[in-house]
Amino acid sequence: MVENEFPANASASSAIAHQPLALINARLIDPEALEERVGGVLIIDGMIRDLGAPVNPANLPVYARILDCKGDCVAPGLIDLRAFIGEPGAEHRETIATATMAAAAGGVTTILARPDTNPPVDEPAVVDFLLRRARGTGRVRVLPCAALTAGLAGIEIAEIGLLQQAGAVAFSDGARSIRNARVLRRVMQYARDFDALIIHHAEDPDLALEGVMNEGEFASRLGLSGIPREAEAIVLDRDIRLVRLTGARYHAALVTTTLSLDIIGQAKAEGLPVTAATSINHLTLNENDIGDYRTFLKLAPPLRHEDERRALVAGVASGLLDVIVSDHNPQDVETKRLPFAEAEPGAIGLETMLAAGLRLVHSGELSLARLIAAMTLGPAEILGLPQGRLKIGAPADLIRFDPDEPFIVDKHKLHSRCKNTPFDEARMQGIVKCTLVAGEVVYEAK
Amino acid sequence: MVNLPQKPFFPHRHLLGIEGLSAPDIEILLQLAEAAVELSRQVEKKRATLRGRTLINLFFEASTRTQSSFELAGKRLGADVMNMSVAASSVKKGETLIDTAVTLNAMRPDIIVVRHAQAGAVHLLAKKVDCAVVNAGDGAHEHPTQALLDALTIRRNKGRIEGLKVAICGDILHSRVARSNILLLSTLGARVRVVGPSTLLPAGIERMGVEVFRDLQSGLKDTDIVMMLRLQRERMTGGYIPSAKEYFRFFGLDEDKLKYARPDALVMHPGPMNRGVEIDSMVADGERSLIREQVEMGVAVRIAVLEALAGHLPNG
Repeated sequence: MVENEFPANASASSAIAHQPLALINARLIDPEALEERVGGVLIIDGMIRDLGAPVNPANLPVYARILDCKGDCVAPGLIDLRAFIGEPGAEHRETIATATMAAAAGGVTTILARPDTNPPVDEPAVVDFLLRRARGTGRVRVLPCAALTAGLAGIEIAEIGLLQQAGAVAFSDGARSIRNARVLRRVMQYARDFDALIIHHAEDPDLALEGVMNEGEFASRLGLSGIPREAEAIVLDRDIRLVRLTGARYHAALVTTTLSLDIIGQAKAEGLPVTAATSINHLTLNENDIGDYRTFLKLAPPLRHEDERRALVAGVASGLLDVIVSDHNPQDVETKRLPFAEAEPGAIGLETMLAAGLRLVHSGELSLARLIAAMTLGPAEILGLPQGRLKIGAPADLIRFDPDEPFIVDKHKLHSRCKNTPFDEARMQGIVKCTLVAGEVVYEAK
Repeated sequence: MVNLPQKPFFPHRHLLGIEGLSAPDIEILLQLAEAAVELSRQVEKKRATLRGRTLINLFFEASTRTQSSFELAGKRLGADVMNMSVAASSVKKGETLIDTAVTLNAMRPDIIVVRHAQAGAVHLLAKKVDCAVVNAGDGAHEHPTQALLDALTIRRNKGRIEGLKVAICGDILHSRVARSNILLLSTLGARVRVVGPSTLLPAGIERMGVEVFRDLQSGLKDTDIVMMLRLQRERMTGGYIPSAKEYFRFFGLDEDKLKYARPDALVMHPGPMNRGVEIDSMVADGERSLIREQVEMGVAVRIAVLEALAGHLPNG
C-alpha cells in the first residue's frame, strides 16, 4: 500500500527526534529576502535553529545527523491554499492519506482543505473530524477551511466563531460563489468581528452558466459555449466594494484574467486588506491545451487565452498576486471520460505544482525565489502561519529539490487516488528529493 | 480544378469534420458525389462497394433526413445498415458514450455514423473504436456531410465556388452547419459572411475568416448564395431574441429582403425549416430555392463519403 510506504509516525524517527539534523551544502531559497545563498540549516526539536554559512560540519555538534544536499535547493515546504482532499464524503476520489502522500512527494507541507465536502465543513464537529483524521492518517499538515455560509448554500452565515474555535483557519464556500450581495456583505461584517479570513471564489454563476471553457475564438471553433472573463471580474469588483464597506480580510481564491489583476491592483493600492491567488494551471497552460476536447484540461475557472496567462505570470513576478495554488481536484474516470461539456472540471496538482512552476523559472519568466515565495511565504502570511519561511525559530517544514533534474510525468506513478493530471507525459525539470515536516522526514525520493 | 489520380485516394480513416480536410480532399469527395448523383437517378441504384460490410447509424439525437440519407447511401452501396436511436435505449439506463462505443465495437461494424448533442463526442467515440467513424453532427461543432452537400449543390448551380459571396444567416452560435460551411467554403475560395443578431453570433467568429453583419440588408448585398439556418424553437422566447415575430421581421428571409442579394442569388436551408420564422414560404418554395435539391445531394454526398472511406476499412 502506498500509504504505508513512508509511515507518518515512524517510531525510528521519533526515537531520534531530539537529535539535531543539519542540512549542509545547500542553495537556500529565502522567500522573505527573495534571494539565494549557499549554506545549511540546523534543525533541533522540529525548529530551524541556525541558518546559512555557519551551518557546516566544522561548527556542528558531534552528535548531529548530517544530510549533505550536494548543491540542491533547500526551501520552506510549500503551502497550498486550495486543494480538495476528499474527506469527508468523496473518499473514492481522494483521502487525507493519499492527498498528503501526493503533497509530501510534491514538496507541499501544509494543505488548506477545501470545505465543499459532503457533509460540508460547516459544523465544528466536521472541523474536529478533519483535524483528527489528519493527525491519524496525514503525512503533512492539514488545516481546515470552514464554510462561509451554512451548507455552502449562500443564504445564512455559518457559525464562524464556533468553527474558528474548533480550529478552522479560514472561511470559504469552496468552488461556489455567493450570488447574493446582501448575504456576502453580512458575512463580511460578521467575519470581521472575529478577524476571520474570507476566501471567495469570484464567478458570476449566471454569466458562467452554460459555459465550459474560456469564451473566444477557440471555444467558437470547438462549438463549446464560453465563459467570459467578465464573469470573474464582475463578482470580484463587487466583492472589493464590499470589502471597502465592511473592512473584512478578503482573499480572492483563484483569479485568471487581466481584468481581475487590475481590480486587485487597485484594491491593494488603496490599502484594502485584499490578497489574491492564481493556480499553477492558469500560469502554465492556456485554452489551446484543450486541443482535441481533452477533459483533463477542463477547469473551473477555465484556462484562458495566452495573453492572460502571461499577465498572470507577470502578476506573480511583481508580487501583485500573492499566492500560487495547486487547485488540486481529483476526478475519477467516470466524471472525466465523457464529452467535454458533460465532464466535471478539475485537475490534480499537489504533486506537480513545484515542477510545473519551475517551467516558468527555466523559461526565464519568473525567478526561483519569487516562485517559492508565492508557494510559501505568501500563503503563510495570509493565514498567519509561522512556517513558510527560512528563519531561525520557524518550524522546520523544509524541502530539498534539484530544480534541474529532468523527468517525464507518468500519471500512474502519481500518489493521488485519481489520475486526472493535465501534465501527463509532459517533460518537466525539478525533482523533490526530501520533504520534512517539523524536522521529520515525511518523504524521500528513491 | 485539381488533377486527380486514376483512382481517387482519400487520405483519412474517419470523417470527423471539415477541419483537417485539404482542398484536394474535398475535391475528391465532390467528384465522387457527382457520380453518385447519376447513380441515384438510374433505375439500378446499387453498387457493391460495401457488400458484406456493416454500417451502424448511431443517433443520440433525433434526425429524419440525415439518418435516412445515410441509410439509403449505405444500402445503395450494398452495406447492411442498422439504425440505433440511442436516445431511446441504453443512455437512459446510465450507459456512457464510451460504454456504448466499446459495446458496438465488439460487434465488429465497419462504419459508424454518429450524431450527438455534445461537441467533441464523435471525436471521443472515434478514439475508442476500430472502424471508420463519420460525424453526422456533434453539438455546435461540425456537420461535415451537410457542408459537403451544400457545396455540391452550389457548384452544380453556379458552376464554381471560388469567388462566390455566400451569406450564412441566423443562429450561427448554435449551428454546426455554419461552422462546417465556413471551413469548407473558405477552403474552396468562397467569400463567406455571417449575418445575425449579436446574441446569436459566437465570440471571435470574425477570426474564422468571415465578415460579420448584424442586419440582412447590408449582409445580403452582392451575395450569390443566401444560406438560412434553422432557429431552434426553445431559443425563440426571450433568451436570445425577444420573439419569433420580431426575429422574422428582422432576420426572416422573405421576397422583399431577398432583393438585397444579387438578382441571380439562390437560397438554401439545411432543414427542417421553420416557415414564417427564419424563412417565408414564398421564398422557400420559389424558383430561386435550392432546398429540395439539397436533399437529393445529401444522399449523393453520403454515398461519396462512404466510398471514400471504404479504402481504409478494417480487413480492407
